[in-house]
Amino acid sequence: MRRGLIFDIRRYSVHDGPGIRTTVFFKGCPLSCWWCHNPESQGRTPFIHYERDRCLRCGSCVAACANGALTMTPSGVVVDVERCRVDGACVLACPAQARETVGSSYTVTELLREIERDQLFHDQSRGGVTFSGGEPLLQWAFLLDTLRGCGERGIHRTVDTTGFAAPRILLQVADETDLFLYDIKTMNAELHRRTTGVPLAPILANLERLLARGARVRVRLPLIPGVSDSFDHIDKAGDFLAERGGVEAVHLLPFHRAARSKHDRFGLPWRLTKDGELPKERIQEMSRRLEGRGLHVTIGG
Amino acid sequence: MNDRVARLRRRSFEATPTLSTERAEIVTRFYRENEGRYPVPVMRALAFKELCDKKTIWIGEDELIVGERGPAPKAVPTFPELTCHTAEDLRTLDRRANTRYATDDDAVAVYESEVIPYWRGRSMRDRVFAHVSRRWLDAYEAGVFTEFMEQRAPGHTALDGLLYQRGLLEAKGQIAERVARLDWLDDPEATRKAEALRAMDVACDAAMRFAERHAELAEKMALDESDPERREELTHIAEVCRRVPAHAPRTFHEALQAYWFAHLGTITELNGWDAMNPGHLDQHLRPFYERDLADGTLDREGAKELLECLWVKFNNHPAPPKVGVTAEESGTYNDFTNINLGGLSRDGEDAVSDLSYLLLEVVDEIRLLQPQANVQISARTPDRFLKAACRVIRKGYGYPSVFNADTVITEQVWSGKSVEDAREGGTSGCIETGAFGKEAYFLTGYLNTPKILELALNDGVDPASGKRIGPPTGDPRSFASFEDLYDAFETQLCWLIEVKVEANQAIESMYARYAPAPFLSVLIQDCIENARDYNDGGARYNTSYIQCCGIGTTTDALSALRTHVFEGPFEMAKLLAALAEDFESQEPLRQLLVNRTPRFGNDDDRADDIMRRVYDSLFRAIDGRPNTRGGRYHLNMLSTTCHVYFGTRVGATPDGRRACSPISDGTSPAHGADRHGPTAVCKSLGKMDQVKSGGTLLNQRFLPQVLEGDTGIERLTDLIRTYFRLGGHHIQFNVVDTETLRDAQARPEEYRDLLVRVAGYSDYFVDIGRDLQEEIIARTAQESM
Repeated sequence: MRRGLIFDIRRYSVHDGPGIRTTVFFKGCPLSCWWCHNPESQGRTPFIHYERDRCLRCGSCVAACANGALTMTPSGVVVDVERCRVDGACVLACPAQARETVGSSYTVTELLREIERDQLFHDQSRGGVTFSGGEPLLQWAFLLDTLRGCGERGIHRTVDTTGFAAPRILLQVADETDLFLYDIKTMNAELHRRTTGVPLAPILANLERLLARGARVRVRLPLIPGVSDSFDHIDKAGDFLAERGGVEAVHLLPFHRAARSKHDRFGLPWRLTKDGELPKERIQEMSRRLEGRGLHVTIGG
Repeated sequence: MNDRVARLRRRSFEATPTLSTERAEIVTRFYRENEGRYPVPVMRALAFKELCDKKTIWIGEDELIVGERGPAPKAVPTFPELTCHTAEDLRTLDRRANTRYATDDDAVAVYESEVIPYWRGRSMRDRVFAHVSRRWLDAYEAGVFTEFMEQRAPGHTALDGLLYQRGLLEAKGQIAERVARLDWLDDPEATRKAEALRAMDVACDAAMRFAERHAELAEKMALDESDPERREELTHIAEVCRRVPAHAPRTFHEALQAYWFAHLGTITELNGWDAMNPGHLDQHLRPFYERDLADGTLDREGAKELLECLWVKFNNHPAPPKVGVTAEESGTYNDFTNINLGGLSRDGEDAVSDLSYLLLEVVDEIRLLQPQANVQISARTPDRFLKAACRVIRKGYGYPSVFNADTVITEQVWSGKSVEDAREGGTSGCIETGAFGKEAYFLTGYLNTPKILELALNDGVDPASGKRIGPPTGDPRSFASFEDLYDAFETQLCWLIEVKVEANQAIESMYARYAPAPFLSVLIQDCIENARDYNDGGARYNTSYIQCCGIGTTTDALSALRTHVFEGPFEMAKLLAALAEDFESQEPLRQLLVNRTPRFGNDDDRADDIMRRVYDSLFRAIDGRPNTRGGRYHLNMLSTTCHVYFGTRVGATPDGRRACSPISDGTSPAHGADRHGPTAVCKSLGKMDQVKSGGTLLNQRFLPQVLEGDTGIERLTDLIRTYFRLGGHHIQFNVVDTETLRDAQARPEEYRDLLVRVAGYSDYFVDIGRDLQEEIIARTAQESM
């Protein structure tokens, strides 16, 4: 049976589509956005995260590692990446949950069982499941099987995607998806390539394909300082969406410092130079400009 | 709220609780002069009449609803016939930091010269402690259980609609008619019944006299009043007090005053638990409200003003002072009146009306400690009402609490009540289920379930004192399997329940014999017809509850033992040694127990199956035992604040809980145990067969941001509706403040379950970076400004 790599499953998720949802986070992403809120999701393989503040310095992990990859130092545990096989022995041995495997393998059946746990909540709230990431389309075969399983069970399916995938795959997924949450990071192609690592054109082309096919799509515009917080970007995005038509809603997502804090936790470099949140009035003005083009806008969510 | 209410509210809020000896003096003098002259019930009724006749009558500035139990607002009387405080008790009440009652030297002097010399050895408290067995005392002192009736009378009741249809003159007619039907030839109980009925008759006279004195005072004040508007109000108050409670009320104002006199009568006669409760207030008042509105004699604002005047009266009545263990299990001024809104009517229709919404507005704007309010949500209740309640909850006062009317009804039908009586029933106190106006449901005391497990781990000996408390069930180091351990736990449980019930039976009988409640008996259905007192099985239904605390901690501790000892690598001896030293040198082991044990509240069957088993053991040990009033014992899962007191009596537990820290509250998961969000908690709770209890309690903590906007309200109502589809009895929400978040930073382990809205998504507070925590705290503080 096919297996997928999942790094988190969150229940009572209330901002990732309609109703109460179970959000499944797929590991691995073709993009490497500077502001990524889930930087631990980017790599395609599992790794072991070490939370230094929780560590008791008890040495249980060092003793448990059969590969001799761990050493205790006064400042905490140090790992020899050459020797570490990510077998999770140290995670099981750690009493304090200071070591955590990021990325666990699930079969479709196992994943469906987790999703179905909250089915009564989904039913009540007209919610369902949201596949997010990372980029769920990267594990498209597993995603398709899971989407089909949800469809058979009458579970509402949302896919939260960057849109960076082969068109054939995206359209296949669209056959099994009830709602897309579709990100546009920036309308500036050069900036897009530089800050996300991938070109913009295929993403916009894929969005056009989805709309042409009549898929339900809500577009998300994250407002990243210095990247996508200008009126110019909003106007361009607004023009693009208004011309194509068929977008159900546009979500303006105010930037939040949470992303930076998470980069620090995972020891990843922070490359965004501008910081701080946009004033409320500016976001409202952006919203007005989009609404002026006949688009339905919500702030947040 | 209007200016009048704002002034009344402020005065009530600012008044200091003081101790008044007026009641003690009147009762003591009366008893001294009349001792031995009358049968006990009649003596009680006459003492009540003496109080109604002699006590200071208070009508305050601005008031529309009148009457105080004490000589002035927040002047709290004592009940020496139940608990005779010592001079030292009184000084402690005056000095203690929490729930203080200002007590002056004169009060102490009166107690020393008059009250104590008479009541010492005669009070119910003294009688109870003189009766109980050594093994009861040992278990009580070890913190295995508490005893509700050792210093307050039973009560725990609420009223149905009878009060609004029948005046006390009519009740006197019913009593006379019942006396006429006494079968003196063939009924050996006829004398006892005649005494009970005579007492009820006297109690009616007493309550009417009490109202009449308010009418007299109001008339006198009207004569002296220079402001014509106030003069008219006082004249109207006098008219109302001449009408009720002698006759049935005709107007909204009369209905409220009728209730308030019933309330005051009950809490003056005896010091029953949970004061008194109007029950389904919106349903009872609805006919008066609609009629007055149609007549044009009342408008919505006028109705609101009267309701808010009543709310202030509740707040003027702090719980009478508690001492000792009872103060620890219930250390609050709140006297637990809990008004029910919504629910179903007697014939099963949705009972929400405009008045229900108006009452929610009152709850929202008055923001006083008392009374509490809850909403009863049935599958038939419209979402609009639940959402209106959620908007109040979101403001973070912690109320209204939310009950599943359908489960509350099923619980009652299951325990033998008619479905109509069950629908008229609801929730009183905190979460207790009862048939309002028809049932005497006594809470007999809390049970410390984790302590019982501790005894099973110590062969029946309390490790804190070295005393034997339970039967010897063997050295746990010799247990070959989890089943051996569980057997020991069950053996301890059954044995200790019997120790408790033995004493309960005697205490109930003592109340029936020495402390009847004739006025309350007039209000509760079937006491007149049965010619028996409320405290003597006179009500239509008679239940005794034992409230079991700490099922979350017990489940986690058992789960830890199974996972790490019986199915894991640890020796029982090693674990017991770590518990004995409170994990002093064993922090890694403690963390392992905390983090690597399947725990209750995560929708994890490995833990939830243990919870089900413990619940079933509690049920089998308690449910169905006969009490002394013709009714039966039932299980209840309430803890109030007793989980904190009980925690101080339990050493470190195998779930990694440190010695003396609180055990889990109600049926909530242990603090920090639930790590998969509120839906997982609801699923775990859904596995408990809740209808077999008389109430469970689930606390959930949310940050205001999680509930933001219409979406937040919708998701909250969806969560509640789904929990109720899973059979949940009750859920309440704590929308947290900055102080809590600071504490969460200092002790993150305790707050593992605290959900916060970070940005476009929610996260666990303790799992996000320090800087982000600071940011959220700043945001919350802004919101609360």
